Amino acid sequence: MSILANKKSKVLVQGITGSEGTFHTTQMMEYGTNVVAGVTPGKGGELFLEKVPIFNSVKTAVMKTGADVSVIFVPPGFAADAIMEAVDGGINLVVCITEGIPAKDMVKVYNYVQSLNRDGRSVRFIGPNCPGIITPGEAKIGIMPGFIHMKGRVGVISRSGTLTYEAVDQLTKLGIGQSTCIGIGGDPVIGTRFIDAIKLFHEDKDTDAIVMIGEIGGSAEEEAALFIKKYVKKPVIGFIAGQTAPPGRRMGHAGAIIAGGKGTAAEKMKVMRECGIHVVESPANIGIAVKAALDKNKAKNKAKAKGKTKDKSGKKSAKKSVKNSGKKEKKLIDKTAKKVKKAENKIKKAKKKK
Amino acid sequence: MKIHEYQAKEILKKYGVPVQDGIAIRSIGEFDAAIETLRSRGVTQFVVKSQIHAGGRGKGTVFNKNNRQEVLVEGGVKFFGGNVEKAKDFASKLLGNILVTHQTGAEGKEVGTLFIAEGLDYKKELYLGILLDRSNSKNVIMASTEGGVEIEKVAAETPEKIIKVWVDPLAGIQSYQARELAFGLNLKGAAFKDFIKFITALYKAYEETDASLLEINPLIITNDDRILALDAKVNLDDNSDYRHKDYEALRDLNEEDPLEVEASKSNLNYIKLDGNVGCMVNGAGLAMGTMDLIKLAGAEPANFLDVGGSASAETVENGFKIILSDPNVKAILINIFGGIVRCDRVANGVVQASHNLKINIPVVVRLQGTNAEEARIIIAESGLNLIPADTLKDAAEKVTKAMKVNA
Repeated sequence: MSILANKKSKVLVQGITGSEGTFHTTQMMEYGTNVVAGVTPGKGGELFLEKVPIFNSVKTAVMKTGADVSVIFVPPGFAADAIMEAVDGGINLVVCITEGIPAKDMVKVYNYVQSLNRDGRSVRFIGPNCPGIITPGEAKIGIMPGFIHMKGRVGVISRSGTLTYEAVDQLTKLGIGQSTCIGIGGDPVIGTRFIDAIKLFHEDKDTDAIVMIGEIGGSAEEEAALFIKKYVKKPVIGFIAGQTAPPGRRMGHAGAIIAGGKGTAAEKMKVMRECGIHVVESPANIGIAVKAALDKNKAKNKAKAKGKTKDKSGKKSAKKSVKNSGKKEKKLIDKTAKKVKKAENKIKKAKKKK
Repeated sequence: MKIHEYQAKEILKKYGVPVQDGIAIRSIGEFDAAIETLRSRGVTQFVVKSQIHAGGRGKGTVFNKNNRQEVLVEGGVKFFGGNVEKAKDFASKLLGNILVTHQTGAEGKEVGTLFIAEGLDYKKELYLGILLDRSNSKNVIMASTEGGVEIEKVAAETPEKIIKVWVDPLAGIQSYQARELAFGLNLKGAAFKDFIKFITALYKAYEETDASLLEINPLIITNDDRILALDAKVNLDDNSDYRHKDYEALRDLNEEDPLEVEASKSNLNYIKLDGNVGCMVNGAGLAMGTMDLIKLAGAEPANFLDVGGSASAETVENGFKIILSDPNVKAILINIFGGIVRCDRVANGVVQASHNLKINIPVVVRLQGTNAEEARIIIAESGLNLIPADTLKDAAEKVTKAMKVNA
């Protein structure tokens, strides 16, 4: 299993006939995503690529096709309306790719969805300003390049697009597959925050480790870290982009801004480390750090199976690792990196022999 | 987008928020006329306020633009009572010169505009701010009896002196919430009633202008018991530009770095920094990550530059031009993760641009993703000063090496 999306997901595309919508819907279908319907007001009755029916409204699309996930490619001025239409049309998972939606509109949408959930609905929206979600080998609902992903057991959550691709690429090249990757988006108001996504991966029995890639601005990383400290036993590997970002400047993403001295990378990394998260300083080390954490877990499980370690000592070492996590992390990463290099050299030699 | 105090006050006035009266001037020749107009409105005392996009103006220092060692005057905001001559002398020293405050950094900001305003006698300074609370995605109104000082300082030292009220966006601000703030500020009588009107109008202005921050610091109670905004800071949400066509006129290009202005014309998201290694990246998160990588490699990033999701030959060339305009740049790192974009196309763009621009500093090029191998060959065989890199780690090491060779 994975979270949120799988091969059974029946995907509806809002803004399917626009240039972005057309391009990415085609890509999603090539990946194997089950796209069942499109919505473009005024183009109802037409077919997309001669097979996907287009409807005038989400409500009709859901009624006729049973779509249960919507992905939104409409321009910023219409995106908030599109999310609300999807939700009111009965969709419970909405992924909004659109970048540049005014914060005021998103505040309204966020609180509207919250009010529906208080009334018993269970709606989740992801984004906006995000690459979407992918469960490798099953469904790609978004704009990420599918080929860099590999089916596996590591969950990835990120506020950024290309930085996520970078991390996923590192994982795949180390032979580490992903259960699901979620881009939660770079805006100040987003539907699914780190803590929400962490909860899902925490409960997913097919996810062994979690990667969270944050950036400057806000305090969503800290909020998630405190939850992780309390509940999550799976290893969590973290990176925060923007350690060198100046205060007061919006770094590309609307949400990536250090305001009033709050939301710095240093502060986030400190809290995350204190909560037992393996924080890497360099984005080049994300993959290696995941491998190190997984290897360590494997060794621990093996030892446990042999009955060598008692629960007590396990707890002790966990405490210690929080204390000097920065240094220890580096050592562990270096060690694993050496191992990986050795293995790579072996493969290279073997290739040469051939 | 940041705007000036006088612009913020013009906006607030439209919404019926009482503000300090005043007139903006851009040259000393406009000074006398401004005074005359204010006098005709019954103003008898005057304040001269420099208009720059930074706080701490009152405690700043004004330096001569042509001789940065020479201090012309202390303070960028001053009260002159009825002494118009002194006020004019002060104004002439400010205009065209450099104001340095704790928020501008040592380079300071050139004062291009002055706000000639009415001087007010007041008995109390308060604080009022509206902004988005990202932790619950609601707008929060903050008020404090500790006006006239930085709210961050109050929050750190005496957080109990800040009253917060969260507004449900679907319901809007309610009367009981306005009263809660007024009671919290210990207001009574006429001031209490005026404040209720004030905050209601202010919230309306915040909502309708798509502001991302609205700060009145200080909000004053005058000696004759009026409540009005003595200062006003408004930041507008850039994402809402498309529905506020009039905002373009509020932009002050003098406040922005010329390179950043140039970059924005080519739709590049560029922020100038103080370092020596320029970088060009696709995606904001990866761009920040690349800056961090440069720092960890022992250098300092010279900029943030996100060329966007679809990096074409043209955007690459424009990016190069902007980066190279910064004389501090000693090396460049290009880091493109090609998902949808094909790396070989980007590589061709890089080669073409470096050829056209005759780049003579080392350029480390790391292209990953679709057709990365082909791209690597194009870079390696270009015969130009382009250094291909494989992984992020490899790129960082090559930047370090390039800097050492150059040093």
